[in-house]
Amino acid sequence: MTVLSMTVNGKRVSAEVEDRTLLVYFLREQLSLTGTHIGCDTSQCGACVVHVNGRAVKSCSMFAVQAEGAQVTTIEGLARDGRLHPVQEAFREHHGLQCGFCTPGMIMTAVDLIRRKPKLDRETIRRELEGNICRCTGYHNIVSAIEAAAAEMASQ
Amino acid sequence: MIPAAFRYHRVKTLAEAEKLLAASPEAKLLAGGQTLIAAMKMRLARPSDLVDISGLKELSFIRATGGALVVGAGATHNDIANSPEVLRLLPALAELAGGIGDPAVRHVGTLGGSVANNDPTADYPAALLALGATVTTNRRTIAADGFFTGMFSTALAGGEIVTSVSFPVPERASYRKFRNPASHYAMAGIFVAKTKVEVRVAVTGAAPCVFRAREMETALSENFSPAALNGIDVDPSGLNSDIHASADYRAHLVSVMAKRAVEALA
Repeated sequence: MTVLSMTVNGKRVSAEVEDRTLLVYFLREQLSLTGTHIGCDTSQCGACVVHVNGRAVKSCSMFAVQAEGAQVTTIEGLARDGRLHPVQEAFREHHGLQCGFCTPGMIMTAVDLIRRKPKLDRETIRRELEGNICRCTGYHNIVSAIEAAAAEMASQ
Repeated sequence: MIPAAFRYHRVKTLAEAEKLLAASPEAKLLAGGQTLIAAMKMRLARPSDLVDISGLKELSFIRATGGALVVGAGATHNDIANSPEVLRLLPALAELAGGIGDPAVRHVGTLGGSVANNDPTADYPAALLALGATVTTNRRTIAADGFFTGMFSTALAGGEIVTSVSFPVPERASYRKFRNPASHYAMAGIFVAKTKVEVRVAVTGAAPCVFRAREMETALSENFSPAALNGIDVDPSGLNSDIHASADYRAHLVSVMAKRAVEALA
């Protein structure tokens, strides 16, 4: 067991964890942040994507102890002062979800993508989403949402 | 899926890592963990201890020095794909790194981890072999030609830690791979490097271990054009055959992707 401290969605948290605890289980089961999903458990689907020190990572492929001292952001940490993040807003506006299971990972990936590449075309968006699987196959509207969010964020 | 229990150690120096590895024969190094953690979840790997070297700044550098590009073992795929030095001197390596896994994997997966694991479908081994790179460890340097010894096996001894890879800068180089559409792993990946003295062609994904296509090298050394590869049949014996592709199909892919790699430089 290790006593672990990190900042999650701006709040300092501290907890005792088994060394083998994956970050996704720490977030979901110890912090009750269930917006981060487990879709495949084989690091392919991307439903568990969160940001660690500002970069998108798959929280099913990282141990919680590796995030000691890190800044972690989950889907619950995107909205500010009761207002959705522009990417969340764009997913709503463009109906970028069907069942919604992949959505948290899609949005966390999209926020990271727009940070890295503010100017995006549809082909680039599709390529960058290769680590996120939508089992409803609703990619068309997801791409539209990300394209619109990137344009919106560039204009701000 | 929950991995078997282990003890986690975050080290601050390479010496500390060496000591921990020496103390436990079943200890493993953890860098990006993008292969190891998946294997641990499947319980294909059950290390007693994980020695986390991801915080070692001395391993994450990229620098150009006298005709070579030296990349620290801790450099991530994302670091390599976006490094101005790599893009300037060895854009084929940047492209290769940018095509590994997906963005989240590239943010944490490292050069050293991939090289030490020597997965038959990994991309970097093709670059190391075609470029005639040199692997530096905590103990010695090893030429790429003698480093990759078989499926998931390398010349590394127990307790040996890859610290950097030195890539001689070629005149021209390119990498083309045919990706498995589901897993995105290379079913055939070809790295072609042309220097003043020779052309080297390395093939990954097609066989149990990366290898050099000598017949193609000879043909391209005489005539560096896609047409030089016409009539060179790749022998399917010894190539992988699985649900994704038969050995015959992989042999064909090797020819096609090799031509594309050369075409990209024409």
